[in-house]
Amino acid sequence: MHEFNEPFVTAWQLVAGADARLAGIVLLSLSVSLTATLIACVAGMPVGALLAVGRFPGRRVLIVLFNGLMGLPPVVVGLLIYLLLSRAGPLGQFGLLFSPAAMVIAQAVLVTPIVAALTRQVIADEWSEYREQLRSLGASRSRAAATLLWDGRFSLSTAALAGFGRAIAEVGAVMIVGGNIDGVTRVMTTTIALETSKGDLPLALALGFILIAVVLAINAVAYAMRGWAERHWG
Amino acid sequence: MNGTHWLAVNGLSLTEGSTRIIDDASLRFGAQHTVVLGPNGAGKSTLLRLIHGLLHPTGGSLDWPRALSQAMVFQRPVMLRTTALANVIYGLKLKGHSATECEQRARQALARVGLDALAKRPARLLSGGEQQRVALARAWALEPQLLILDEPTASLDPASSREVERIIKDIAAAGARILMTTHNLGQARRLGEEIVFIDRGRIVEQTPVEQFFTQPQTEAAQRFLKEESP
Repeated sequence: MHEFNEPFVTAWQLVAGADARLAGIVLLSLSVSLTATLIACVAGMPVGALLAVGRFPGRRVLIVLFNGLMGLPPVVVGLLIYLLLSRAGPLGQFGLLFSPAAMVIAQAVLVTPIVAALTRQVIADEWSEYREQLRSLGASRSRAAATLLWDGRFSLSTAALAGFGRAIAEVGAVMIVGGNIDGVTRVMTTTIALETSKGDLPLALALGFILIAVVLAINAVAYAMRGWAERHWG
Repeated sequence: MNGTHWLAVNGLSLTEGSTRIIDDASLRFGAQHTVVLGPNGAGKSTLLRLIHGLLHPTGGSLDWPRALSQAMVFQRPVMLRTTALANVIYGLKLKGHSATECEQRARQALARVGLDALAKRPARLLSGGEQQRVALARAWALEPQLLILDEPTASLDPASSREVERIIKDIAAAGARILMTTHNLGQARRLGEEIVFIDRGRIVEQTPVEQFFTQPQTEAAQRFLKEESP
């Protein structure tokens, strides 16, 4: 029993003592995944809105595609980005492989379809309510899409959150394109995977706790924000 | 009425599958205030949407002797998640007015519907009646030559309904033609000049308002008045 408890105790000491190595890993995780989510929102939300209100050939195919890509396996994304960024690849000249930038790119690719597909659902609901009014006022479809993105900003936080949750929790993509280099590209999930296989459970556990705490905290903030928005804007 | 109409509807039809929602409707709109009456599902709202251009007819045509600027107010007001003022400004902005002009005209319009005190309040948190007045202000600010209203008081309490009627009269007095539907016969009488009665997608009669209520021309209208009157 003592052996089972020990990693928990050490993990707690690491967290409570604000271990520098631990902090570095957590910060890198957060900055990579937040940046990736931001990029995914900037790219995916307009796409989702246009898929909701637009009328163009191939729209249905794109909707199915984005819905399907929500379940994109991270390792496959990692592999594709690896091929693109590797020295011989089309983007090899930039030398981004095994850098945090490569991890951001991989996670952004992974998360963009999620954000786009969820945005499409939110905006499609709004569109059915607003459609006649916006058309009556003479809003073009692209203008309507922009209006609904702003109007649905609180509901869309859920889409951003789902994207972030996916990014922060995935291992496969960052492992492949980041390389899990200590002090450079080592993030929470890759560290957990590595330390567990090495048998260093305390660090893995400490990171596991933090990962769960981060996800819970962000959900709580988003929940509170939506409640506030509901009361203030209806 | 001939020659002075502002809209001629010629053989207008809208078919969905095998259902004829509007069935070969032909009439001329010439009155300043026209109220479209008819039983539920007669096609009143559809007719208004066809005229406003929200729906495209499957047959027939609309002939406008002179293009009229239009605005439409719906049964349930659609408010953006922003202030009442910004909701009014939104409509103006889409018409390409400058920011200062938008703000000025929006404030004026809100004052005319009696909501200047609530300009900065979130529109969606206003009462149903207040929201409908914001919708009317949004329409009025555009200074339309034709204002179309689809049962604008259907979901409002009597006090709000009276206020909305007052505003519609003011908008008409400012020079807009009014084309509206209602379920409220008293309202039709108060606001209408001419009644267009439709039933099952067909134009049944078009009669001056007093005559419609005292001597309806058709059996269908007589039956409708009997059923709808308290």
